[in-house]
Amino acid sequence: MSGRPEEGHDPGFVQLLTPEGERVEHPDYALALEPGDHRALYRDLVLVRRVDAEATALQRQGELGLWASLLGQEAAQIGAGRALAASDFVFPTYREHGVAWCRGVDPLTLLGLFRGTTNGGWDPQEHRFGPYTIVIGDQCPQAVGYAMGQLLDGTDEATLVFFGDGASSQGDVNEAFIWASVFNAPVVFFCQNNQWAISEPLERQTRIPLYQRARGFGFPGVRVDGNDVLATLAVTRAALQRAREGGGPSLIEAYTYRMGAHTTSDDPTRYRADAEVQAWKLRDPIERVRSYLHKQQLVDANFLTAVDAEAETLAVRLRAGVRALPDPDPTSMFRHAYAEPHPLVDEERRHYESYLAGFATEG
Amino acid sequence: MADTITLAKAINQGLRAAMEADSKVLLMGEDIGKLGGVFRVTDGLQKDFGEHRVIDTPLAESSIVGTAIGLAIRGYRPVMEVQFDGFVYVAFDQIVSQMAKMHARTDGTVPMPLTLRLPYGGGIGAVEHHSESPEAYFAHTAGLRVVSPSNPVDGYWMIQQAVRCQDPVIFLEPKRRYWDKGLLDVDAAPFPLFQARVVRPGSDVTVVAYGPMVRTCLEAAAAAEAEGRHLEVVDLRSLSPLDVDTVAASVERTGHCVVVHEAPVFLGLGSEIAARITERCFYAMEAPILRVGGFHTPYPPSRVEKHFLPDLDRVLHAVDAVLAY
Repeated sequence: MSGRPEEGHDPGFVQLLTPEGERVEHPDYALALEPGDHRALYRDLVLVRRVDAEATALQRQGELGLWASLLGQEAAQIGAGRALAASDFVFPTYREHGVAWCRGVDPLTLLGLFRGTTNGGWDPQEHRFGPYTIVIGDQCPQAVGYAMGQLLDGTDEATLVFFGDGASSQGDVNEAFIWASVFNAPVVFFCQNNQWAISEPLERQTRIPLYQRARGFGFPGVRVDGNDVLATLAVTRAALQRAREGGGPSLIEAYTYRMGAHTTSDDPTRYRADAEVQAWKLRDPIERVRSYLHKQQLVDANFLTAVDAEAETLAVRLRAGVRALPDPDPTSMFRHAYAEPHPLVDEERRHYESYLAGFATEG
Repeated sequence: MADTITLAKAINQGLRAAMEADSKVLLMGEDIGKLGGVFRVTDGLQKDFGEHRVIDTPLAESSIVGTAIGLAIRGYRPVMEVQFDGFVYVAFDQIVSQMAKMHARTDGTVPMPLTLRLPYGGGIGAVEHHSESPEAYFAHTAGLRVVSPSNPVDGYWMIQQAVRCQDPVIFLEPKRRYWDKGLLDVDAAPFPLFQARVVRPGSDVTVVAYGPMVRTCLEAAAAAEAEGRHLEVVDLRSLSPLDVDTVAASVERTGHCVVVHEAPVFLGLGSEIAARITERCFYAMEAPILRVGGFHTPYPPSRVEKHFLPDLDRVLHAVDAVLAY
């Protein structure tokens, strides 16, 4: 079936840091990091998990309409996000909060989308990070088009596009594989296989390991331990470099697990066993880094305390910031429906403004 | 300099001018390169502009639109061709959920200056899925603009104006009029893209049409003239935005209105026009607005399509009815 590496079926599985925090080498993916790099990755992981926990809490308190948790997928997103060059462009789904963090998007901006104050929130060109895409897989052909533009421009930039195991069944994702292949587009397809598409398990999407699909489209695929930030960093760097050098697209399957619900509206106890969740807790992406840092004596208690304190400060800022986010002006919806003036939109805005003004003067 | 030219050739020349004016303009579609498109609208453009600017794509309409969106984010100005009306539904999600909404979603930071060319409408004896009129779906979608030229002069100018527009434009080409000829003066000033035009003045009944039905209505007006009835024919040209002012001004004069399109009458453009003109011209109107169009049936096999498509007689039948009301 889908070849689960935890069952010992997949010798191609790339791992550089075991769940126990032991550094292991892989012949194809050497990674030399400074001590400061390790600490920076740890800080990223802790902070995005704290953002995620705070957002979940804010949803429970009624401050957000919805939240799509990244719990368990921090290493996949931070490793991929930190592999990017500043000039690369990213196309996310709606769960890439860790990648957004790496692209300098303020987490408070992400919360605006889930609070309902905006459908976007950041300038994609400024952050080189596209808008969150909610229709499953739609961003994949867009990413390939963007990469075709990079190729036409003759740059050494690359494009990184995210999707999930559920999206791998979408026509648009498979079309994107074909287009990337035949145009040799500098795009890296980064699939976070978190095992569940809401309630549907991986086996409902595929009968072979997802990374093996790449071969049929004519480019390489690799499966990486998605809970290993060193491995996702090394593998994504290599794939982006290959794209930059004219090697064309590749597929990364980051094998990970959605520890929480699909979104705050979901109840995973209806469809999956707690034993499975408990088993994945032992492969936590942050614990193994902390363990490694300790063993290598790369951190002291002060550093760990400082990161935790920074996370808490960030959470406090988010909490206050979300509550202070103003609702948009009622007529803001008319503002960007079109880039150029549109007589119908203008007329409807005028009518609605005068309708609203009628209430103000009745007082 | 004025030349007699077909609609297909006029759009071809307009695309050439758009590509010469802006190096970011790309053409994308199936069979548009070496073949020059199944209707030859892009004939010769790949030879002159190269394979990087006139791109033969894989057979995947959803990704024609999807990749064009990505190219637009990158700063390009793609002109897509979807080969036939009935194949555009494959790309509907990228058109409606992405292309139409991207500018609003990104608070105006990412415009979508895309043009989607779509040969549409019936009357050419084609097999199923090659004769449809899907314009209402697109006109109903906020974020899109929808236009349709009815003649070569408009074809030449409107395609260039659509390409320059910062919003996504669905550019509907009346395929059965591709071979109609007109006198094109490339030095003349173009008419604004989103305005309707009175193409035949008259005092008795306003007949509103667009795309392939404009010629049908002009022929009907000529026939009515012989019977002493003066029809004013308005070519809408733009379906979204809709130039209600021009239609209303005409109906204020005539007091009668008939709207004609190939698309099914039910919830077609005619319904919107009837509602808006009724709101605007209620006291000037001497009869209800009648709509002439296709039936609420799937597009029929070609041997009976002449019964589905409005023709001169059906237009005149409606004209008689509004005048007799």
